[in-house]
This record gives sequence, structure tokens and C-alpha cells, in this order.
Amino acid sequence: MGLWRMIEAVGLTKRYGAKTAVYNLSFQVRPGAVTGFLGPNGSGKSTTMRMMLGLDRPTAGHVTIGGHAFRSLPNAPRQVGALLDAKAVHGGRSARNHLLCLAQLAGIPAARVDEVLGVVGLQDVAKKRSNGFSLGMGQRLGIAAALLGDPQVLLFDEPVNGLDPEGILWVRNLMKQLASEGRTVFVSSHLMSEMALTADHLIVIGRGQLLSDMSIKDFISANSADFARVRIPADRPEQREKLTASLTEAGGGVMPEPDGALRVTGLPLPRISDLAHASDVRLWELSPHQASLEEAYMRMTQGAVDYRSTADAKAGLQPPPPGYGPHPGYGDPAQQPRLPAEVPQQGWYAPPPPGQNPYAAAPVAPAPAAPAPVPPAAPAPAAPAAVPADPTARQTSEDPR
Amino acid sequence: MASVPAVLNSEWTKIRTVSSTTWTLVAAFVVTVAMGAALSALLNAQFDDLSDAERATFDPTYVGFSGMILGQLAMVVFGVLVVGTEYSSGMIRTSLAAVPQRGSFLFSKIAVAGALALLVGLATSFVTFFLSQALLGDHSTDIGADNVLRAVFGGGVYMGLIAVFSMGVATMLRSSMLSLGILMPFFFLVSQILSAVPGAKSVARYFPDQAGSKIMQVVPDAMNSDPAPYGPWSGLGIMALWVVAALIGGYLVLKERDA
Repeated sequence: MGLWRMIEAVGLTKRYGAKTAVYNLSFQVRPGAVTGFLGPNGSGKSTTMRMMLGLDRPTAGHVTIGGHAFRSLPNAPRQVGALLDAKAVHGGRSARNHLLCLAQLAGIPAARVDEVLGVVGLQDVAKKRSNGFSLGMGQRLGIAAALLGDPQVLLFDEPVNGLDPEGILWVRNLMKQLASEGRTVFVSSHLMSEMALTADHLIVIGRGQLLSDMSIKDFISANSADFARVRIPADRPEQREKLTASLTEAGGGVMPEPDGALRVTGLPLPRISDLAHASDVRLWELSPHQASLEEAYMRMTQGAVDYRSTADAKAGLQPPPPGYGPHPGYGDPAQQPRLPAEVPQQGWYAPPPPGQNPYAAAPVAPAPAAPAPVPPAAPAPAAPAAVPADPTARQTSEDPR
Repeated sequence: MASVPAVLNSEWTKIRTVSSTTWTLVAAFVVTVAMGAALSALLNAQFDDLSDAERATFDPTYVGFSGMILGQLAMVVFGVLVVGTEYSSGMIRTSLAAVPQRGSFLFSKIAVAGALALLVGLATSFVTFFLSQALLGDHSTDIGADNVLRAVFGGGVYMGLIAVFSMGVATMLRSSMLSLGILMPFFFLVSQILSAVPGAKSVARYFPDQAGSKIMQVVPDAMNSDPAPYGPWSGLGIMALWVVAALIGGYLVLKERDA
């Protein structure tokens, strides 16, 4: 039992001409858990999901659902529900009719269509043409289509894209609930923060290759490291060296941060304080921190990011006329003091994880010394996104089932 | 396995819930009937101005179907859109995820849309015939006359086949725009022009529309047109071969390519 709901990929490879989208991917997705499928843009997540659904033919290897290739699955819509692309709907057809024609394929009664429309909260716009839908409404329609056949295996490709906070919370709870009912839930995302809250198991890929396949618990303990931030008076460089020396001597790891603070690992806070006191160094700051999963994820996928943004040099552009200041969020990073200092703009790095991490072997301190690699912006919004979850939980008593 | 009746049912829902179905089919009907009626009335008024050869081969049934040249274009649009919107909207992935058996998917879709096109085609050709004969006055013919029923029935089949041919082409090209961009000029210009050019004529008469339209002629070589080396039924057969080829091509593309 349970085996018939398992998704299994073996040596999955997909090439488009010279470009290899997915290379030798092998993993299993088990029932009864939410499995997150994580990777940067263009890392092959959607390609993998399309191969699972028999839409794309693998160049090598195979992927099966319950032991069957998707194309030979008996009554596929009743066994596998999928949300691939929220906008993959004929815009001239109403939401209800769209679901109705999908329902008829699997012999699902029309009453079920109205049921799922209620589940995703689209009953008021059921008769409207879907080309007027927002991205979030499209996502809800796509989720409704996936739920239609009450399938035991569910695939969602970036289901929270375009959803409002309430919608995100709803999707999160829905995934968990589906998994708790013993179903196989496979969710792709490029947001670690979202996966950390939703998934029980994580499969991380980069450039189409498997980077990590472990439970979220293991992922956290393997990848997130506690550290202390120590700040000493800025005008006393010799004190800084003194403290660094004594901390290193005591077995701590010390790394300078761009703004002059020190990042100390491997020593408890009281011990750092004692050492500072012993070497007669005044501290302006001694604070505990935890590297976020986002950082761990960034470090893991750093070598595998295909599309990396760079600072906008604005070559050849006139300086803006007076009165037109740099647009917030668009100017070059140096002009943006409002970004928290915790997320340094240059020379960003994450602490090395305790214990060996086979995946981070390549660059410990990131090679790209270029100003502003992508990562910095991400960790900051990550945490707040997670926090407001609870208050909304009470307001949205609407049961997703 | 999604059963064939289920897929047929679903495709019927798909086709009746988009407005393009209505307007393309209505356009095919209206254009064919109206243009056929107008030309019939015109020829009735100017019958005496026709050349002797044209008068000798005057074919009242064929004259009534003059609107087919334009009306078939609406059928082309219908056929292309039925398949093409699956690709342009991305619905094809949802559809194929629900019906992994691509053969069942394609042929169910084409069966439903083709049957609908055939029905509309038959309605169009019968209405066209009776209206145009009423307007032709003294020069008209009767449905009971030799070969007339074959021509009128054939006119409906012709429209249905044009639509199915377009569906096959759209499945091969996987794009509405591309398919329309090729089929519309082909049927409206290329085929018509080539069939009038002396050298190209012998090839052009094997084009699907040129061969198929022979079924609508009651009088051989009607209206002094070029004699064809095949009869009305063979002509329709040639057209059917084109349709089968387009469908096989479409099926192979759908089966082999990634959606």
C-alpha cells in the first residue's frame, strides 16, 4: 500500500538541442508528505514536472507514478491532479465550463465542479470568462482543476505565484491537509522561505541536477548555522584584531562582515563576552543570529544560478534632471541606505555550516565579488513573509475542504 | 483510461463554450448563402450576356455554390481555432495531462468538431441550393434532377472536409496564427490563381479545394471550367486523401513532440 502513490524518477535527463535542462535526476516522492521541489529559475523544475505528466519525453531515464509511466496510467485524471501553468486556460471559456470539460474527461459529476469552485473560493466568478482573471485567480482555478478528480497524487508548479497573503496561507494549509490525508503532494517553488513552512521533505535542484534530497529537518540542521555578531568601536582597529586573535585561539570561527562587525561561530555568547572582557575589548554589540534557510539555499545553488542580475550601470544614460531622485528600489545599490545593514550589499556570504556539507563544497566565500549578487535582497523579506501567518489563520476560518 | 465517450463529451463542452465556434460557423453559413444568392440573382438577370460556351455548360447548382470560395474560409478559421487555441492558451498541457492517450484526444476533438462542421456544412448547402434556385428563376434546376442531390450533399461534405483538413494542419503547425497565415492565402489566392495559370493548372487541380469542389458540379466542366481528369466522386476522394494526410501528419506531430 502507498507504493501506488509514489512518484519515482530514475536517471531522468532532458536535452533541448545543446542545452541540458535536466541531467540524471533520481529521486522518490513519498505519499503522506509535502515534498518541496526547489531550484532557481530555469533549473529544470517545470521540465521535470512536465516529464512526470508525460507531456515531455525524457531524453534518458524515466519517471513513473505508482509504477506506471503517466501515459499508460489508467484514468489519469482520477489519480493525478496537476497545476502546471495558471494561465493555461482558454480565456474565452468561463471558469466553470473549463472545469466542466476537464471533469467530463474522467466521468466526474458536474456537482463536483461546483464543489471545487467553492473550495478555491471562485464560486462568485464561476460564470465569468477566465481571461479577465488575475494571476491569483488563475492559480486558484488551476488548483481547482488539480483537485477535481480527488486524486491521490498532486503536482503543483509554483502554486503561490501571484497569490495574496491569505491565498498563500490557504495553499500552505491545503498542501498540508492533502498530505495528511495520505496523498502524495509535490510542490515546486523557488522560494525557500515558502518551502520551509510547507514542506516535510525537500528536493533541491540546480542546473537540472540534484543538489539535495532530505527531510526539511535534516536540511535545517545540516544547513543553518548559529552565529554571533560582535561589534566593537569602529575607531579601534587594533582592538578588533586583538579580539579576533583571542576568539580564534579559543576555537571560534571569525569572519569580518563588510560593515566592520565580526561574525563568530562555534562559541556561545557568554564565552565571547568573557573573552572580550579578558582581552579588554569593549563591545558595542553581541547578538545571537541564525543563518536563514534562504541563505543556506542560496549557498547551495550559488554555482547553479543561470540568470543572475547585475547592478544597473546605466551606461550612456543622462543623469536624471533635478527633482527626479532615484526611484526607490530601482537606483543602484550604493544609493540605497534603507536596506538593512544585516544584509550587506557586497561580499555577501553565508556562514559555513557545522558538519560537512557535501553540496557547498565549491565556493565557501562566494567568488562573485561583483557588486550586488542576487542573494542579498532575498533573506530580508523572507522572515516577515512567514510571520503574519498566524493572525490570518484565525480570520480565515474558511475550511479549505 | 479516459474513455472515448468521455473525451467526446468533454470536447463537445469545450467547443460549445467558446464564442469563436458560433461566429465562425455562422459566418460560414451566412457568407456562403448570401454570396450564392447574390450571384444567382445576378446571373439570372444577365444570363443573356454570358458567352455561348458558358450558356451551354450553365450549371445552376454550381452557380448557387459560388459563395463557397469565401464561406470555406470561415470553415478554415473554425477548424484552425478549434485546435490552435489549445496551443495558444496552453490548455493543451492541461488537456494532455488529463488525457495522456494523445490519439484519443486528437481524434475525439476532430470527430466532434468535424461532425459539427459537417452538420453546419449540410445545412448551408441545402439552404444555399433552395435559395439560389428560387433566385435563378427560369434557369434553375430541381433537387430531383440527375446528380443534383449528390452535388448539394457533396457541398456540405466539402465544407466539413475543409474544416477537418484545417484541424489537421493546425495540429501539425501547433499555432493558430501560422496555420491561418498559410491556409487562408492558400485557399483564397494561391489555389485560385494557380488553377487559372496554364502551366500550373495540371498540378493545381489536385489541390484539396480544387479537387473537392468538383462534387458540387452537376454539369461536367460547369461554367466552361477546365475539364478535369477525374469525376466528382474521385475529386472528393482526392480531397479526402489530403485530409487523411493532414490528420496523420497532425497525429504524428502530437504524438512525438513535447507538448
